[in-house]
Amino acid sequence: MADTTATFTGGGAPLGTHTPSPPRDGELKFVMTSDYHPPNGTLLGFWVYLMSDCLVFACLFAAYGVLGRNYAGGPTGAELFELPLVALNTTFLLLSSITYGFAMLEVQKRRQSAVIGWLAVTGVLGAAFISLELYEFATLIHEGAGPWRSAFLSSFFALVSTHGLHVTFGIVWLITLMVQVGKHGLTAPNRRRLMCLSMFWHFLDVVWIGVFTFVYLMGVLP
Amino acid sequence: MSTHDPTSHNADGHDHDHAHGEEGPHSTLRGYATGFILSVVLTAIPFWFVMGGVFEKSSTTAILILFLGAIQIVVHMIYFLHMNGKSEGGWNLLSLMFTIVLVVITLSGSLWVMYHLNQNMMPGMMQDMKNLP
Repeated sequence: MADTTATFTGGGAPLGTHTPSPPRDGELKFVMTSDYHPPNGTLLGFWVYLMSDCLVFACLFAAYGVLGRNYAGGPTGAELFELPLVALNTTFLLLSSITYGFAMLEVQKRRQSAVIGWLAVTGVLGAAFISLELYEFATLIHEGAGPWRSAFLSSFFALVSTHGLHVTFGIVWLITLMVQVGKHGLTAPNRRRLMCLSMFWHFLDVVWIGVFTFVYLMGVLP
Repeated sequence: MSTHDPTSHNADGHDHDHAHGEEGPHSTLRGYATGFILSVVLTAIPFWFVMGGVFEKSSTTAILILFLGAIQIVVHMIYFLHMNGKSEGGWNLLSLMFTIVLVVITLSGSLWVMYHLNQNMMPGMMQDMKNLP
């Protein structure tokens, strides 16, 4: 890292600096010798947000873990869950993760139209995931297995629909960024936003791993 | 607000300096492909275990699929979320560790406490309560 020179008028010693050169008429000069830390740590801040979101999901998982076998005489997970549908949904989300990865690779190569193309593919896969999930919810409610039926179904709907809501807002954000990139190009702020959405999208996939393992696969086990 | 910063980026994207500021980690096709293939395998195996009825005992299947799920989460963290000890000066990893500790306490604590509560609320227990003076 090249030395960064910062100029401060009026004194006051900034952090991480030393060796002031002789001041001339009230102006202090400092030479930074340590690594430069960006004053705007958006990516770290966004990561901390994701970690807090992780705690939200941990609470919902805990609620499901506690209530997941309280059927109140109603249908059980083994009777309700259709694993081929879940496998298809998992495929959609996993594919959307890799296509978002391709979009980020194109960002590095600064190919604007390719970025928008891969983002569109990611959005379509996300929309397919949401549609399938809504279809599943509609089927369950139609069968009389709505969230009001039992504690198991309440906690199931709370957990899975919170994840679905996150994916929905991820798609809204994705479309917004497609418009932004189309309008302003791959500017530094847009690259930063794409980076944040990348973390968000991959994080949702991580949560889905927990959902299909803990809720669906373990739910159908006798 | 320039679209291209020639000092920090080559056109082919093969710059390996870590002075990116807000650029985030450098990702490669190989990294994403490795992560994707590992994820597909680690997703297919638990589905096969459950749908194919590979094991007799559910507890064996449950432990195995939870283990595979944990591995897949680590794979996603490394290959898709680019988690390592150096990103953001280690603060990413530190906050992740802190979150994992909280998640483990929340999950295991809730399950443990509620399991015991359930046991203490068994009908037999209620009978004992009634017989108390």
